[in-house]
Formats: sequence, C-alpha cells, structure tokens
Amino acid sequence: MTYSNEVLDHYENPRNAGSFGQDEEGVATGMVGAPACGDVMKLQIKVGKDGVIEDARFKTYGCGSAIASSSLVTEWVKGKTLDEALSIKNSQIAEELALPPVKIHCSVLAEDAIRAAVADYRKKHGEQ
Amino acid sequence: MLKLPIYLDYSATTPVDPRVTQAMIPWLTERFGNPASRSHAFGWEAEAAVEEARENVAALVGAEPREIIWTSGATESDNLAIKGAAHFYRDKGRHVVTVKTEHKAVLDTVRELEREGYAATYLDVRENGLVDLDVLRAALRPDTSVVSVMLVNNEIGVIQPIKEIGAICREKGIVFHVDAAQATGKVAIDLKNLPVDLMSFSAHKTYGPKGIGALYVRRKPRARLEAQVHGGGHERGLRSGTLPTHQIVGMGEAFRLAREEMADELPRIRALRDRLLAGISGIEATYVNGDLEHRVAHNLNVSFAYVEGESLMMAIKDIAVSSGSACTSASLEPSYVLRALGREDELAHSSIRFTLGRFTTAEETDYAVELLKAKVAKLRDLSPLWEMVQAGIDPATVQWSAR
Repeated sequence: MTYSNEVLDHYENPRNAGSFGQDEEGVATGMVGAPACGDVMKLQIKVGKDGVIEDARFKTYGCGSAIASSSLVTEWVKGKTLDEALSIKNSQIAEELALPPVKIHCSVLAEDAIRAAVADYRKKHGEQ
Repeated sequence: MLKLPIYLDYSATTPVDPRVTQAMIPWLTERFGNPASRSHAFGWEAEAAVEEARENVAALVGAEPREIIWTSGATESDNLAIKGAAHFYRDKGRHVVTVKTEHKAVLDTVRELEREGYAATYLDVRENGLVDLDVLRAALRPDTSVVSVMLVNNEIGVIQPIKEIGAICREKGIVFHVDAAQATGKVAIDLKNLPVDLMSFSAHKTYGPKGIGALYVRRKPRARLEAQVHGGGHERGLRSGTLPTHQIVGMGEAFRLAREEMADELPRIRALRDRLLAGISGIEATYVNGDLEHRVAHNLNVSFAYVEGESLMMAIKDIAVSSGSACTSASLEPSYVLRALGREDELAHSSIRFTLGRFTTAEETDYAVELLKAKVAKLRDLSPLWEMVQAGIDPATVQWSAR
C-alpha cells in the first residue's frame, strides 16, 4: 500500500488529536464505525454561542487513511456553522487526500462522524 | 551502525549464507554439466556433486540419501506427497486428514483432492495451536489414506507432536506426511526414530537458495507415491526434470552448515528472541499467540490490543516483519491461523510475527522494542478504543453500528 503525501502528512502530524472534557460548554461528540470493521472514529466539536464551530478534536482507530480523513475534517469544520459543516462531502475529503478506491470508505466514515457530532449537538440543545 | 530496515522476517525467507553462495558458483560456470549425462566427465562430476548434496540433506534429518527426492521447493514436495500418496492409495480409501493451521501449500492441495472427489477433514487446534491427539483419533476413518501435519507452524512457530501423531497413523496403516519447511536447522529431526512416511523440505528457509527443495520418501516400510510430474524419469521416476546442480549444491551446503552449527546457533537466537519478548512484554495489553513452550527458538507472534494492523505496519516500516490483522479492514486479511486459535472474538487487535535468524543482533532487537513501544503508544494515544479502556469501558460490550 502506497500512501499519498497528504495522507502521510496527516498520519505523521495529526491535527487536533485528542479529546475535550465531557462537560465542557458547547461540546458534542460523534462516534462512528466499529472495531470489527477495523475503523472507529470519534469526532468532537466545540460550538460557540454564535453557532460557529470554534474547535474540534478527533481520535481514530483505523488505517492511515482513516486517521488522515478524521484529522483533515477537524481542520475543515473549524470556523463553520453546523449547516456549513454538514455540507462537507466525502468526495471532497477523498479528493484532498488522494485516497485510492479501496480507501474511500474512510472518507465516508469521516463524513458520518461530522453528521453524528452535529446530531449530538442538536440533540443536547433541543434543536432540530 | 544499524542498517535500516531491519530484517525480522526469517520465516518468510532467509538470506543465502555467503558460504553457500560460494559453493554454488562453480556449478553455474565451468562445472555446468547435466548430472544425467552418463557419457562424459561434465556429467559425472555434476552427478557426484548432486549425490554429495543428497547425503548432506539426508544427514540433517536422519534419513538415507536414497530416501531424498529433489523438488523445486516445499510447495512441490507437499503436492507430490499428498496427491501422490492419495492417488496411489485411491482404492484403499479416499479420505484425507489435515489441520486448519497448515500452510496453504498443504491446504490447497487437499482442496484439490476434494475437487477430485476425495473427502477431507480439517482438524481444529487447541488454543495454544497444537493438535489434540484425541481430536485426530476421532477424525480417522476406515477409508483414511493420508494424514498431513506440519512440524513447525510458519506463523506462530509451534512444534506439533509428530512422533505421537505418526504412531497413531502407523497403527492404522495410514500414510503420514509432514511439512518440515520451517523446521530444518530449527529443531532436531531424526527420521530413523520418527514414524513419518513423507517429509517436505525447503532450502530457502535454512539459508539456501529459493527454487529448490526435497521430499523424503521412506523406504522401510516403503511409502508409495504416484508421480505428479512426468518426463525423463529422473529421481527414480518420482520427479522428472533436469536436476539444477547449483541449486542442489546450495541446499546441500546449507543443510550441512545447519547440521554443524545449529547446536551453537539456536541458544544464541533463543536468547535474542527472549530479549525481544521481555522488551515487548513491557508494553501494556499485549499477548503472545501460540504455545511458548512447544515452539521454535526464533519465532515470536504478538498481538497488540486496540491498535489497528495497517496503521501499525505503516508506523514500523523500519523493521521488516509479517502481519496478520485480526480485523476485517479493507487491505489486511485476518490470519486464518490466529482465527483457528479461537481469537476471532478479540476484534480490536493486530498481530505481528517476528522471526529472527542467523544474522540478527541484539542491537536490532533492541531497536525493534523501542520502535514498537513508541509507535504503539502513539497509536493508542490516537485510539478512541484505548481511551474507553482507560476509562474502564470494555469496547467489546459497546453496541457498535455496523456499516
């Protein structure tokens, strides 16, 4: 398996790796995937009073492409509103990281992680 | 200075020992004769070299030279032994028994016999990777003609009880084949005192060249085979084809060196393996696959929990090792050998096979330990599963959404 330079860069220097405290103001969490499938992604967003994502964190169990996809997404969601974040498509992630066809599922999982995190935020804050 | 990447994959193949290379070269150049040429000195000297090599191979395993048949490698030997015996005894019975953890060269050969209409039983192993003799006994039928069990497993290095298995087969008049590709120079083999009818060997796992192997065919009591390759009637008609003198000389020299040096070499390699094991044992949530007692000195197969296989391989590319992932990620197939040990429920781990050899140094194993410590820690730091474990949650109890 050869990896693109973009994947290698995120894998070697993951952006925003880690976790927020559970009780921090404005934090929501999306956890997607399954150990049996070889990928689990946890994406956390921290949303400000103005509804804009101020910060993000990830932890990922998975291959280099899965780690890179989640690392990239933490950068992309920052500064976006929830609706803007939801407009990020897996195809954009796959293109940015030059993922081969066998790794497209990693970008799909990253998109799912955004949806799960936003849904968690809206659930907590009674929005629909 | 340490040269990277470090080779810790001696069970995949070994480098040819420089002494072996030197022994081979003349047989590629000025001494190029065909060993089957009976009418001139070129042929005579090649034939003499082939026979000397045959003696060296036989001597390592306690066989007579005329019980050794040259082949292209252990895969061909396995094919010749299993198909050859099953075909010869087809009127006696058409049931073959082997083990789930065998090499593909055996498993796929047995599958081929199934396609030809034979019945086959694939035995389960115990959690430590060893064959249970009672399970074997229960699998034998009146029409069982061949049993095939490897001596040393290629992935987990466990040593099967072939003496006991052979005794059971002997009692029932069943042909017993043993794949010993991973065993030569690693465990003592004395076919004079082993109830084994057929045994496969490879040169390139024992510091010889690729492309050459041998099959031991017992004379007393005589093991009978049907040839699988037909032609000029070489090797007593069991395997036709011009003998590759240089390859054969290489295998002979490699096996001679193994016989002379294994008593000194194995304790040294075992000490390095134990040093590697001690280092890796310092990493949390790791466990060894396969029995540690009944195991060759040079093998270590370890699972690292909550670390995904492909990312781990990517992280440790400075050491050349083999990986069998226990998960179903797109590019790494789960190891059927580890699954046969009953590890399929341990979903979130990846396993690595380290195999050491003649040229491995303590500096190299120490480097491997430090690299693994750092990279496993880094990946666990990134792993949401490890985070759960640290918080006291067992990921196995979580309801995961399967995609």
